[in-house]
Amino acid sequence: MSETFTKTMARNIFFGGSLFFILVLLGLTFHTTKALPERDNRQNLTDQVAQGKLLWEENNCLGCHTLMGEGAYFAPELANVYDRFGKNTAAIKAFIKSRPANGIPGRRSMPQFNFSDEELDALAEFLKYVSEINDADWPPNIQG
Amino acid sequence: MKFQSQSVAMPYFIAAIGLFVGQILFGLIMGLQYVMGDFLFPEIPFNVARMVHTNLLIVWVLFGFMGASYYLIPEESQTELFSPKLAIAMFWIFLVAGALTIVGYLAVPYATLAELTGNKLLPTMGREFLEQPTITKIGIVIVALAFIFNVGMTVLKGRKTAISMVLMIGLVGLAVLFLFSFYNPHNIVLDKMFWWWVVHLWVEGVWELILGAILAFVLIKITGVDREVIEKWLYMIVAMALITGILGMGHHYFWIGTPEYWQLIGSVFSALEPIPFFMMTLFAFNMINQRRREHPNKAAALWAMGCGVMAFLGAGVWGFLHTLSPVNYYTHGSQVTAAHGHMAFYGAYAMVVMCMISYSMPLMRGRIANSRQAQVVEMWGFWLMTVSMVFITLFLTGAGILQVWLQRFSDAPQSFMAVQDQIAIFYWLRELAGVFFLIGLGVYIWSFFVEGEEVTVDNTAAPAAA
Repeated sequence: MSETFTKTMARNIFFGGSLFFILVLLGLTFHTTKALPERDNRQNLTDQVAQGKLLWEENNCLGCHTLMGEGAYFAPELANVYDRFGKNTAAIKAFIKSRPANGIPGRRSMPQFNFSDEELDALAEFLKYVSEINDADWPPNIQG
Repeated sequence: MKFQSQSVAMPYFIAAIGLFVGQILFGLIMGLQYVMGDFLFPEIPFNVARMVHTNLLIVWVLFGFMGASYYLIPEESQTELFSPKLAIAMFWIFLVAGALTIVGYLAVPYATLAELTGNKLLPTMGREFLEQPTITKIGIVIVALAFIFNVGMTVLKGRKTAISMVLMIGLVGLAVLFLFSFYNPHNIVLDKMFWWWVVHLWVEGVWELILGAILAFVLIKITGVDREVIEKWLYMIVAMALITGILGMGHHYFWIGTPEYWQLIGSVFSALEPIPFFMMTLFAFNMINQRRREHPNKAAALWAMGCGVMAFLGAGVWGFLHTLSPVNYYTHGSQVTAAHGHMAFYGAYAMVVMCMISYSMPLMRGRIANSRQAQVVEMWGFWLMTVSMVFITLFLTGAGILQVWLQRFSDAPQSFMAVQDQIAIFYWLRELAGVFFLIGLGVYIWSFFVEGEEVTVDNTAAPAAA
């Protein structure tokens, strides 16, 4: 870098540029939070869904699965599992409930979490609520 | 080593390397579980192994950053550390808290850990990379505050350089942004949106400041190039990092329920994110080419150049590969993401910590550099780990491209598990590369114990003409 371009100028670009983009980010964040009610399916965010989300977290589900593409890549995407299972919460609950405690020889298997019926209902409702969020048509197809 | 208190960095670096070994072992467990699904099931299910793998990574890199700061700040400030005792106390608190958390992951089911630690009082657990119990998170905040107080007081009482300023901004940013990990609303879209304020604004934001500052410090020391030149580079690198990286966060807002305009903003700005990493590569190579001294620590120079190149490839090129929204629509959350994550984290953050260790460890052990023999072994460790990581990344990329094709792009998309079975060969090859990585890590650790003729020559004053 040439002598006419000084350290002070570089420093000013750093502070000025960073500050500018922090302000832009704050502005866009504010706008996004205002736009979210149209997209994030909050009208269906019931206490039961909130309980489902807590169960989702306290059993570290995204240690294997993705949800809207975020998480681990060891097990199927779940943001659209409600659609994949034919919009049938009973099928989701039956699947979770039927996992063998000692796994499947040679295969990946979801652990048996021994959820109560109430917990299964909450989890299924949570997955249904997530599937109805407007996430710009992701994933590309039903397979996730 | 110019100040006695710089030596508090030593336990931090030893702990970092120890935890690094743990990280790799659990990585190998996970890699095997990808192809032998019942391996260690149900004792260590995949999610537990992954949590240990990623959390150990974060903790060891943080140990590395703290050790680097404790070494660097007194020397830059030209004064002893404010409180070495506080630094040692925080070391043990962080180590014990970290170890207890890992033991907690392994000893009891995660839901039990959540219950034991009172997660319901302030639920923060169960989100990627932020799986730590809330009490551990509070501990991290306390350690971070004490650490920043300690190095901050040192900066305040001594000389203020651009390197220490950039480092301090990075460290304060790290601590402040971590506070978003306590915000966990029921609304999953808001949750995800602000989760990225920790994760993205760390690794594609303030951590780059820490990385740049450490690299600049090592380059000043081993090349003898004028501070004015080095600090000008540093400011331009970190300026580009934040100018591109802050709105680059938009590439995480494509498919999580946030408005569509993020697809344009995120694509444009994150496409520019390779620039600061490319500048780091130019920076390291240029400074070493223009060196005004022949520092006998050749290994540290290798780590500095390697860090620039691998960060550019991993974070820059492999990031760009899938960051444009029309591409990301198909690759999001696939093995392509995993490929990028591995090389980026190794190239940028693992390597910069090892660069600092390589430069400072010999000095803390009372010599300007390790013996030639020890450096040769260290360089073998460098090449084994780095080449293995290149292959891990290539195999995961192969797996990812096939996965995207079979599961998302073809006319007859197949189910997740059907696709996983078809790409198993790539997972086997990745696991093999992982074994070589572990061997490389072993060689690297062995280098600390290699004796040899002492290096005494320091040609600091040699080519004065330039």
